[in-house]
Amino acid sequence: MIFWATDSFSSENLLKRFRNSEYLRFLHCSFNMYSFNAAPMFPYRLRLLLIFLSFLLVHTVAKSQAFTIYDSLPQLQERVKQNGENTTLVINFWATWCKPCVEELPSFDELSRRYAGQNVRVLLISLDFKSKLKTGFIPFLQTHKLKSEVILFADQDANTWIPSIHEAWDGAIPATIVLRGSTKMFHTGKFENYDELETFVQPFLGVIDAPAPESVLSKN
Amino acid sequence: MKKLALLVTPLLISMVLLFSNSTEKSDYVVGDQAEDFSLKNVDGKLVSLSDYKNVLGYIVVFTCNHCPYAQLYEQRIMDLHKKYASRGFPLIAINPNSPAVVWEDSYEEMQKRAKAHKYGFPYLFDEDQSVYPRFGATRTPHVFLLDSARVVRYIGAIDDNAESQRDIKHHWVEDAIDAMMRGEQPTPDYTRAVGCTIKKKP
Repeated sequence: MIFWATDSFSSENLLKRFRNSEYLRFLHCSFNMYSFNAAPMFPYRLRLLLIFLSFLLVHTVAKSQAFTIYDSLPQLQERVKQNGENTTLVINFWATWCKPCVEELPSFDELSRRYAGQNVRVLLISLDFKSKLKTGFIPFLQTHKLKSEVILFADQDANTWIPSIHEAWDGAIPATIVLRGSTKMFHTGKFENYDELETFVQPFLGVIDAPAPESVLSKN
Repeated sequence: MKKLALLVTPLLISMVLLFSNSTEKSDYVVGDQAEDFSLKNVDGKLVSLSDYKNVLGYIVVFTCNHCPYAQLYEQRIMDLHKKYASRGFPLIAINPNSPAVVWEDSYEEMQKRAKAHKYGFPYLFDEDQSVYPRFGATRTPHVFLLDSARVVRYIGAIDDNAESQRDIKHHWVEDAIDAMMRGEQPTPDYTRAVGCTIKKKP
């Protein structure tokens, strides 16, 4: 399910914005206009609905950041599988409450920007709690405006899913896994800067068709 | 001169290797005997495992002030001590983080927190960061259950739900202690959980 990171999920909130908006003035104008017509183009209710829908669309597209919520490991695994054999996936596990994680996010965005169109995808998988979606996660996305794909992973059974992500990982974040096909590389802790991240991912970048170097296979 | 270099170089290399081996973390696994330590408590006194007499075991918890996960578990850590100290399993909390990385985990801040929250157990500072690598602690909170002979019997998380205590299915540490009291080996004896990385001094 795709969610939009706007703060306008609640109806009161929407209504408040609606009242204060330009749209209301627009609405008034259209009412005045229509009042001179004997037969308006759309019935009153439909007209209201259309205006409301257009408002919602413009509002969300202008102010939002999409993210997906996965509740269980199979959903996440399915997403990973979608990438196919020749795409390098850079998966970063983070959370809004984790300071080093937040500090390294710009490096990951920079990586997605520089390698856009080169079979490299960055997945930023947040371990934030679903119960703090409105108070923590969505406001964070609104201020930080991340460019990479964002996933909220809400599977609470960490003891089960952590080792399936990588055997060497015991759950401390930040943690980063780079994978292509069956080749994986794991890193725990923060990348101090973009160069450090790029160096780590380097064996997977560049020539896409060639398999990754042998040494990578054994490296944890 | 060249001959000297030929002689000295392998010596230097072997010394470096030796040195790096001795400082490498040991990462206890279940069954290993933990080395005792002597760390400064928030009250200024040094605390060692050998200070405890007539205990059945120790609940060693690597935790800290700043980490939200450690905070989520703070009450549960206090409850563990309350429940098990009198039954022979005292809890010993250790902050492994370097305040050079996170100021909230300084010794003074530890003192403040322990006082404000009335910790009934020692809250020790791994100031030179020598104890946590020996245990192989990687995150906060991270629990190591030892028996009276300091043999590691369980490594991992307190339970399986950080977010909601209501939805806990497994109280791993409690189950492990109960198993030890029955004279059995805990199952599972190793669990993983989300947590904060330990902040190493740069």
